[in-house]
Amino acid sequence: MVKPISPGRRIWQTLSSIKTGLVLLILVGLVSIAGTLVLQRPNTEPQDLSRAYSPQTLRWLDAFGLTDVFHAWWFVVLLVLISITILCASIDRFPNAWRFYARPYRVPDEHFRAVLPLQKNFPVDSAEQALAAAERAFRKDGFHPERVVDHDHVSLYAESHRFSVMAVYVVHASLLLIFMGGILDALLGYHGFISLTKGQQTSQIELRQGGVRDLGFTVRCDGAGQQDYPDGSPKRWWSKLVVLENGREVERKEIAVNDPLTYHGVRLFQASYGNSGLVDYIGLTAVSNGSRQDITVRPDTTVALDADTTVRMAEFLPDAVEEDGHVYARSRELANPALRLVVESKKAGRSYNVWLPPMASGDNAQAPYQFEARDLQMVPYTGLEVAHEPGQWLVWAGCLLMAVGLGCALYLSHMRLWAVPVKLSDGRLVLWLGGAANKNREAFAERFQALAQEIHGLTQSSRTPEQRERELALTGD
Amino acid sequence: MSRTHAEPHPATAGTTLVVLVGLGMIFLLFIAFLNVVKSGDILNESNLLYAALIFFAGATTLYLAFGISGTESYVKVASFATLLGLLATTGAIAHRWYESGHPPFASIYEMLLSFVWMLAVLTLIAEKKFDVRVIGTVTMPVAIVGVVLMQLLRTEVHPLVPALQSTWLHVHVTFAMLAYAACALSFALAMMFLIQDKMHTETFLAVTSGLVSLIYLGILTRFERWGGLNVIAWDPQRHSEVFLTKGMRLFVTIPELGWVIVLALLAAVAPLAFYLLARWQKQESWIGIANHSVFISILLQAVALVAFLLRGRSGAYSSLDAEGLFPTNLAASPFLLSGMVGGIFISLLYLLLLWRRPDLERMLPSNDKLDRYTYKTISIAFPLLTLMIAVGAYWANQTWGSYWSWDPKETWAAITWLVYAGYLHMRITRGWRGRRAAYFAILGFAVVMFTFFGVTYLLPGLHAYA
Repeated sequence: MVKPISPGRRIWQTLSSIKTGLVLLILVGLVSIAGTLVLQRPNTEPQDLSRAYSPQTLRWLDAFGLTDVFHAWWFVVLLVLISITILCASIDRFPNAWRFYARPYRVPDEHFRAVLPLQKNFPVDSAEQALAAAERAFRKDGFHPERVVDHDHVSLYAESHRFSVMAVYVVHASLLLIFMGGILDALLGYHGFISLTKGQQTSQIELRQGGVRDLGFTVRCDGAGQQDYPDGSPKRWWSKLVVLENGREVERKEIAVNDPLTYHGVRLFQASYGNSGLVDYIGLTAVSNGSRQDITVRPDTTVALDADTTVRMAEFLPDAVEEDGHVYARSRELANPALRLVVESKKAGRSYNVWLPPMASGDNAQAPYQFEARDLQMVPYTGLEVAHEPGQWLVWAGCLLMAVGLGCALYLSHMRLWAVPVKLSDGRLVLWLGGAANKNREAFAERFQALAQEIHGLTQSSRTPEQRERELALTGD
Repeated sequence: MSRTHAEPHPATAGTTLVVLVGLGMIFLLFIAFLNVVKSGDILNESNLLYAALIFFAGATTLYLAFGISGTESYVKVASFATLLGLLATTGAIAHRWYESGHPPFASIYEMLLSFVWMLAVLTLIAEKKFDVRVIGTVTMPVAIVGVVLMQLLRTEVHPLVPALQSTWLHVHVTFAMLAYAACALSFALAMMFLIQDKMHTETFLAVTSGLVSLIYLGILTRFERWGGLNVIAWDPQRHSEVFLTKGMRLFVTIPELGWVIVLALLAAVAPLAFYLLARWQKQESWIGIANHSVFISILLQAVALVAFLLRGRSGAYSSLDAEGLFPTNLAASPFLLSGMVGGIFISLLYLLLLWRRPDLERMLPSNDKLDRYTYKTISIAFPLLTLMIAVGAYWANQTWGSYWSWDPKETWAAITWLVYAGYLHMRITRGWRGRRAAYFAILGFAVVMFTFFGVTYLLPGLHAYA
């Protein structure tokens, strides 16, 4: 009567079967492919999304979770399931492998000797000499034979790279390490962005998925810059950063791309550099009735032009466009700058809006002064990526372990050699040689044949002096 | 279907045709690159690559001829031509390295350079060590497509943008190119296995015509309503593609070219259609018609290629997205061009199979050996793939703060890795050998090709450098 399989056992069998793993992997593969064909929200600008898909399509894609596949809960569940199946499959097969690994089969029994595919035997005179010959040959070929004593019977056993049997478990364990690192980072890690201008400091970061997070320490930018190649393309962006805790400076570093600042496990990367759209100062020449004077206007300062006229910077747009009598900002790029100055005249008792370049909505014609632009200095910002990834060490450990494991699993062959003197039923003594390898069997077979020939040669040559002695004994009376 | 032997065909006529087509191709390529080859300094990079192209093309023709006629001298000269091509490529790499000050890993152009070099090296090694002498028939066309692409892509030496100034870049790309070349070799070995395993020639007919049809379907995604073909506009002063806004390229429509492509597609599908008809009606006569239609397919593909070369090389065309006429250039459509060239090669390879000497099997190692060589090559490729992904992740972590951001290139690299892991699993744990293993190896290479080319051409992302 067949014992019914308990539900627990059934679950275990499903979890540890290769077929389950395969199905799960195919699912993950298909979902990942979909995630590369459909634009993903975390990596795509919203306007690109609306340009690529109609609102109807986008709604369907969002509904099915196809626009953020890799962070969807069911994707994470798939990955967790894969980890579980790897674990279960490994645990299921491990005891057998360990038994094989921990107890090397040193003394082959009769049945084994009969059925082993790779074997050779030839008659020898004395067990001790045969074993000595085999030992020499094995050593010469790079093996380390050991003598095995079984009751009163001595035989030889040599093996190499026994570890390669376990290597596959190392590879799968390394995979699990990598997954664990990823999960740890997903739970405890964060990624965000800080944008600083010179002198500015902050302890808040904008998180990638939205929202704000406090770092626990403050970062101040003491300067930032860009170096260009002769052809104008960027060579190097750098920022001088200072870390402050409780108002005290605890760390400072000039960071550049590929050279981040690490503090308490949080890494600050030089990600970008550019125009903040803010103006530092503008140099102007004020012209009135033939007199010219050079002035500099700054965002929050008022400059006196003469006893009863002042001018201040009211508005600066790096990229302005005039439509229907209004001036709008189009972008932050320094493409079409426009400056609005407010000139106040005590004498006239009013203020004038002076636009540079002149705009229809301005009072340029009535103003007492006209202005010419001399110099423009913008404020750059430095963009820093902030990352905290506590799980990355598990990932790197997993990668290293996998490299080692793969190397052992694929390139190291577990080779075994036996040399057993056997007394046959008719009283003759033969040396039984056996060999086995779990990889690269053809090359090993050649090696084995060469070894067998060598040992045979050695045993034959060790016969000759004995034979000669016998002959001498016979003829020498 | 019981036909398992090659169709009896006068070897001389076959050889002549192959040699003619080979010469014709070389001539076409010569015409196309007349304006690309710079004059003056003889040993410059461009001329060296051009020389490499000629050598590889010659090697391909001779390998094909050897496959058909079995003349020993063909394969010897082919091997020598491969070696000459390798030397020319090495010269090009040395020149590039000297000019730019860094090893050739910083752009798709330089990566292709390394890839082609690696492929030539592996071909010669496979010939000597594995004794698979016709492997060049598969690897050399791939090398040619690589060189063709290279001739069209930006060749200016660029100082590295900030993100690429890292030693980890060199390590990552080295592993990638080694891995891809090893995968290409395993693909070639798997193909040799299928031939040796006496896979029905008709199956190859279906597969090759299916592949070529897929290529032309891909090209037809650029079909414009009234028969034009959309290609990217090219700015001759800046030597770059024309961009409408950040990330969006400007497309121009070449009139009537779309219909030519449709014609080529119909011709490419015809053999497949006849094959399916033969299976459905269980009549062998359709296979004969299918084989003849392969000739027409090659002819029409060549017509499409010439039409594209003539129209796409110069001339100004209008665009649906902007006012005015914009110029275009072959350099703006590298993948389109390599797709068409690849299609012709695939069809030619089928002809080689059709006309192969019945005793080609004796010239190749046994299918057992080929099966094992495929496995050995993949067991080299797989750890290289693993290292490539790991080093890439480490470098991304240093530069962008995240070791895995699921961008299309990373994801497809992981999928490639999974496919080859699947191959190893099925072989080691399930004992898969022979045909099934060969199909798996071929699938793996298809995924590698998509990861390398398809992601760059069809899918956008952070990996914009390559």
